[in-house]
Amino acid sequence: MALLDIKDVVGGYGGAPILNGVNLAIEQSDIGVIVGPNGAGKSTTLKAIFGLLKVSEGSISFQGDEIQNSLPDKLVPRGLSFVPQEKNVFTSMSVEENLEMGAFTRSDDFRPTMEWVYEMFPVLREKRRQPAGELSGGQRQMVAMGRALMSQPKLLLLDEPSAGLSPRYVIEIFEQIVKVNKAGVAILMVEQNARQALAFASRGFVLATGKNRFTGTGQELIADPEVAKSFLGG
Amino acid sequence: MNELIFFFNNVVVAGVVLGSIYAVGAIGVTLIFGILRFAHFAHGDMMTMGAFIAFLLAMAATALGITTPIVPTGFLVLPVAMILAAFIALGLDKGFYAPLRKRGARPVTMLIASIGVTLIIQGAIRLFFGSGTYSFFQTEQKQLIRIPVPLEGVTRTINFTQPQLLMVLCTAVAVLALHFFLTRSRLGKAMRAMADNADLAQVSGINTKLVVRVTWIIAGSLAAMAGTMLALDVNLKPDLAFNIVLPIFAAAIVGGLGQSYGAIAGGFLIGFAETLAIFNWSVLLRPIAGALPFELPATLAVVPTEYKLTVAFVILVVVLLWRPTGIFKGASS
Repeated sequence: MALLDIKDVVGGYGGAPILNGVNLAIEQSDIGVIVGPNGAGKSTTLKAIFGLLKVSEGSISFQGDEIQNSLPDKLVPRGLSFVPQEKNVFTSMSVEENLEMGAFTRSDDFRPTMEWVYEMFPVLREKRRQPAGELSGGQRQMVAMGRALMSQPKLLLLDEPSAGLSPRYVIEIFEQIVKVNKAGVAILMVEQNARQALAFASRGFVLATGKNRFTGTGQELIADPEVAKSFLGG
Repeated sequence: MNELIFFFNNVVVAGVVLGSIYAVGAIGVTLIFGILRFAHFAHGDMMTMGAFIAFLLAMAATALGITTPIVPTGFLVLPVAMILAAFIALGLDKGFYAPLRKRGARPVTMLIASIGVTLIIQGAIRLFFGSGTYSFFQTEQKQLIRIPVPLEGVTRTINFTQPQLLMVLCTAVAVLALHFFLTRSRLGKAMRAMADNADLAQVSGINTKLVVRVTWIIAGSLAAMAGTMLALDVNLKPDLAFNIVLPIFAAAIVGGLGQSYGAIAGGFLIGFAETLAIFNWSVLLRPIAGALPFELPATLAVVPTEYKLTVAFVILVVVLLWRPTGIFKGASS
């Protein structure tokens, strides 16, 4: 049984549906990457999983339970976490308080998890008393991922984690994502740096006009001449 | 020296008292704006309502003989009044604001709804109490505290009333309690998180409905506290706090909307500005009247007392020109 299984999902923000039958499956060990042109419904797919828009048809199951149209405060305790693309840190709060907010749904002692996050992103420990708004783009992205990891998720959803970062940071953030995955967290992310992201993806999904166009391992998709020509820029 | 003591009594004491009331009121306005993103116009009337609740409780307590000679009964019943006001605030939210929020009403719609709530509360108060004036000190005396200054030739004393002293202490306690709540407790931090970025707070799994409830509890109880303090200083009437809702909003905006510490700073800034503006400077200048190039008039104030309210707006305009989002960099919309 897949950790996350999306079947023929149709949904949107009330008007015409943006998703017209998306199919996706992720195992616990996977790094899944969704690529595709602008307006294909990549971010929308993540938002649909996280209950931020209405799913009108199809099903989304997580660990065997149907979760479509559940709200985040129910999904986070189940083991799902989401890092939005923009405005993904509490700018006026310190790094440590940002992490604490990620653990809001937990009633147990979250200090070991915070320690684990600090080990993963050592720079955050140095800056833990600083307001997150004063950090650089790459460090903010780490705060955002750290916050999402504080709920000890089984699956982490990342919306364009490399957006707006310099090439050096893009590589660094991808390395961190692989590290998080090695620690046992499944990843499903949307990426514009398609070729780079597919290179380490165990599962790749090419979306266009709200539908799956191609599905395969990252390597398969990169090797596919048709995918390369239409979606990866030749 | 006597003139300086006159200045202290009329500006420092009055400024601290007025500032405390404005600050406690403005904290509620700024918290509601930070969490719910609308200007809660009915906040002044929540203050008045809280004062009337405290007044009823004080009458009941006096009738039952629950009084102490140390503290005015108004202060004795204040905690109970604050709890009751918190419940009423939750009820007002559930009855009027929550249904609108559910339908995704715009901030302007919420503002208009809060003007409706203003009319409801004022109407309800007039229905039960008429339009007359009441005093907390019908059966007990307002104690005057006089502190003599041990200096030669000084005849004036530093004067303030016991309720004034108590309300400044209450404000200090409330501000400290709020500070520890916002910086130390999980729910307080969640409140700051939601004011900072509501979407991200929701995505983090923060129970936003709970945060909204806590906001109303704090805003409602602080409104009752500010209203009661005001009524203990002046007199209780149905439009008691409606008249000061504008300086309170000015205080919240000057401090930076959504910023609790900004609201406190803004409250004291505007409180002091008002008392300074209506202070009669002639008294201070009288000893050096002979050296002045002009004849000293009997009263020399920046504005006449009736125009006190305009001071808040002058401060508002000046601060916003200098820092468009307020002293503590609040929300811009």
